[in-house]
Amino acid sequence: MDDLLREFLTETNENLDRVDSELVRFEREPNNVEILGNIFRLVHTVKGTCGFLGLPRLERLAHAAETLMGKFRDGMPVTAEAVTVILFTIDRIKVILDQLEAHQKEPDGSDGDLIDDLGRLALQTKPAPRPAPREKLEEPEQLEASDRAVSHRADDERGDRVASHSIRVNVDTLDYLMTTVSELVLTRNQLLEIVRRHEDSDFKVPLQRLSNVTAELQEGVMKTRMQPIGNAWQKLPRVVRDLCAELDKSIDVEMHGADTELDRQVLELVKDPLTHLVRNCADHGIESAAHRVAAGKPEAGTIRLTAYHQGGHIIIEVADDGRGLDVARIRAKAIEQGLASAAELAAKSDAEICNFIFVPGFTTATRVTSISGRGVGMDVVRANIEQIGGTVDLQSVPGAGTKFTIKIPLTLAIVSALIMESAGERFAIPQLSVLELVRASSGGEHRIEHIKDAPVLRLRNKLLPLLYLKSVLQLGSGEGEDGFVVVTQVGSQIFGIVVDSVFHTEEIVIKPMSSKLSHIAAFSGTTILGDGSVIMIIDPKGIAQALGRVAQSGRDDGPDRDDREEAWADDVVSLLVFRAGSHQPKAVPLSLVTRLEEIDCRKIEISDGRHLVQYRNQLMPLLRIDTQSNLKQEGAQPILVFSDRGRSMGLVVDEIVDIVEDRLNIEVASEQPGVLGYAVVKGNATEIIDIGHFLPQAFADWFRRRELSTDQLQRRVLLVDDSAFFRDMLAPLIKAAGCQVVAVGSGAEALDALKSQKRFDLVVTDIEMPEMDGFALAEALRAMPGIADLPVIAITAMVSADAIERGRDVGFHDFVAKFDRAGLIAAIKEQGSDIDRAA
Amino acid sequence: MDDNPQLTDYVTFATAEQIFGLPIARVQEVFRPTRITRVPLAGAQIAGVLNLRGRIVTAIDMRSRLGLQAREADAAPMAIGIESRSESFGLLVDALGEVLRLSDSDIEANPVNLDRRLAGVSAGVHRLDGQLLLVLDVDRVLDVSTEAAAA
Repeated sequence: MDDLLREFLTETNENLDRVDSELVRFEREPNNVEILGNIFRLVHTVKGTCGFLGLPRLERLAHAAETLMGKFRDGMPVTAEAVTVILFTIDRIKVILDQLEAHQKEPDGSDGDLIDDLGRLALQTKPAPRPAPREKLEEPEQLEASDRAVSHRADDERGDRVASHSIRVNVDTLDYLMTTVSELVLTRNQLLEIVRRHEDSDFKVPLQRLSNVTAELQEGVMKTRMQPIGNAWQKLPRVVRDLCAELDKSIDVEMHGADTELDRQVLELVKDPLTHLVRNCADHGIESAAHRVAAGKPEAGTIRLTAYHQGGHIIIEVADDGRGLDVARIRAKAIEQGLASAAELAAKSDAEICNFIFVPGFTTATRVTSISGRGVGMDVVRANIEQIGGTVDLQSVPGAGTKFTIKIPLTLAIVSALIMESAGERFAIPQLSVLELVRASSGGEHRIEHIKDAPVLRLRNKLLPLLYLKSVLQLGSGEGEDGFVVVTQVGSQIFGIVVDSVFHTEEIVIKPMSSKLSHIAAFSGTTILGDGSVIMIIDPKGIAQALGRVAQSGRDDGPDRDDREEAWADDVVSLLVFRAGSHQPKAVPLSLVTRLEEIDCRKIEISDGRHLVQYRNQLMPLLRIDTQSNLKQEGAQPILVFSDRGRSMGLVVDEIVDIVEDRLNIEVASEQPGVLGYAVVKGNATEIIDIGHFLPQAFADWFRRRELSTDQLQRRVLLVDDSAFFRDMLAPLIKAAGCQVVAVGSGAEALDALKSQKRFDLVVTDIEMPEMDGFALAEALRAMPGIADLPVIAITAMVSADAIERGRDVGFHDFVAKFDRAGLIAAIKEQGSDIDRAA
Repeated sequence: MDDNPQLTDYVTFATAEQIFGLPIARVQEVFRPTRITRVPLAGAQIAGVLNLRGRIVTAIDMRSRLGLQAREADAAPMAIGIESRSESFGLLVDALGEVLRLSDSDIEANPVNLDRRLAGVSAGVHRLDGQLLLVLDVDRVLDVSTEAAAA
């Protein structure tokens, strides 16, 4: 039965029972305004709901009754006759409701007689003789009789009569019950703990019983909070229907297991991810009707939603019978977006490659539609599901379809947690986040090793980055060799948390963090253990932040490029600190560095006064920071490799000092070529090296560089370039010119950034970009309210008269050649001063 | 002395030899805190969390909160339980004093040269025999996060 209808029936039956009794009271106390008000309101509610649900017969009846009661309220004398007619009306309504429940539609028939009576009574001020009430009483029976032919099925359904078997309970009451039961569980755990210590306790048997009863009670209360997953699915057919119209596709939605229940809190949290997955299936998965027919499939595609329980989890599948994921395209995109190198991808299975769709910013849609293809979404889907301790998997068969499988816990209130110890303090970590436990010892099978200062563990031929819990929580340093490694996963990153010891698992009740402590990302909550002590619950996500971008790389081509934009926006950047020439530390944003290499000095060749080395089948120029720094004569020469689009150069350094996370605040600009300026990095004044100075030295056409102007105010610049390399290159440049920079990788992302209420003073955009080029972006921008006047500077490799002409049409304020960095700064400055004048 | 003075009851406590008063209406209970779990990465003003009959109480170290010198390690503090926005807090103090009933009209504004930390949480001063009682504003005392950020 329709949920809305079910709820209406429950509610109306309750209301009518009250009207019944209130009316009887009212007849005795006709002057009691309060009772009348109550009745009036109840009938009015019934009327309103009927209208909403499209139940005309009920609505008419209720309306007529309401009119009459309105008259009473206006002062018309209350007569027994009028009350009788109203009571009859209510009886009639009940009869109709019964039929409605049995057949899910209003029975045929007319209520003209009652409506006439009600109308007549409402019009006259004096009671008039009225037809015998007997007639009306028989009316309901006639109704029953007329429906007898179809009532057979109805009799069967009487078994689960909604009206009498369900009551409505405030959600707060249920939540309160849940909290109370959680406390009971804790107390039981405490008692069990005590009894465990006393072998021959008389309490043992009764406590066992108490324990069982508690478990049952817990289960029972949890049940009350359960709602069918169908509630979260309700709006999906409509979503798909609308999409079909927009995409000109034909798609059926099938639902299996809609009555599978899960905790209402969890239900709320999966609604959005589910909607997104379904939209994705409709947009990306299912082909157009023509393609389907050509592939020998039925014209209409199918999206199948399935839900079932499996050992404390609920499994929700979203499957389509579309084209499946295009592994080749994902592979190409992953390389193009710098998520992995071709060599790395070659080693991955198709299934692993498919998982790239969950990486932030990833999209294979060649065109951006309003439905999907903006590269936001799948990562959010995964993040949302992981937030509630769930996982998402996907299976894809080319030509046959894609299936997403979501696995989430049934409830969030009570979880199983692993209790562990670090630096003498105990912590809990949700069992769901723990992939495995590894014991590490200096002499044992698993050893904690160090790459420079980064602890790692070899685990089944993979290197697992490690974090010492005591270091993350600043409980002390002493990073020992022995301990337990709690292997956990956040997003795609698997890492290990090193603790001193692990104890046991325990069912814990998660209690929210104190508002004074909720800013600490490392903890997700607190809990009381069986022994009564309070401990903190570790949030692997918060811990992973400490891993930072260094560990996020997990690949050898530098940190996750998708995070770079954020890094610039947040100002926290991973910096590679090194020494070269002078003693003063130097740094470059780590994101610019492709690789750290050590090269055998004997392999360095000199040609035409330049140092070259054979590197990956190419000749790579080696450059020195300044004349003070010299190449080593023997042994291994450390270099930083910078690459973009197939070209690489090596920067010669004396030693690599560290990788640090810090804000890149260039406090003092530098006139010295090759130095952007000076910043305090981890307490040391550090030269921030301008890679842009060196690239043209390696390849003359890479681009030219002149002095920078640094007197810009804090303007917010939105930088749009599909090349991560140029983003990372230009962002610090603009930053050094005193502007704040937010860098994004596509026109769509730029529009999103502009829409998200962020104030920007200027847009700098590349012209040649896939999907939405600079011209299209400028056009889209001009159409956006409020920012139509935002200055746009185009950077391009193709400055032609034609392009300039077209650029004027779409409203570019300036054109700068891509490699003319001084020109860019000048243009930013010029546009900036325009803003100042306008302001 | 006065016709109809407005009286307020104060729970008094001593911390680092200074006497403070909290309006009794805001005080839930007084207890001896046991097994305080310290919270890594929390500011110094948060002494930790503890379990009080199944509720989690955030303990605030009043010495640190008021900018006074730290308590000696072996000195066991007392706690004043306060409820605020359905959360429980415990203010850790050195020793509890008696409940004093004082007239509202006798309260004096903070002296201008009062330590900034104290002035930030004080609602005024009562002159007692031989001592001064600093009346604390409970909400401002609990406003730890902003204070910590400013400090």
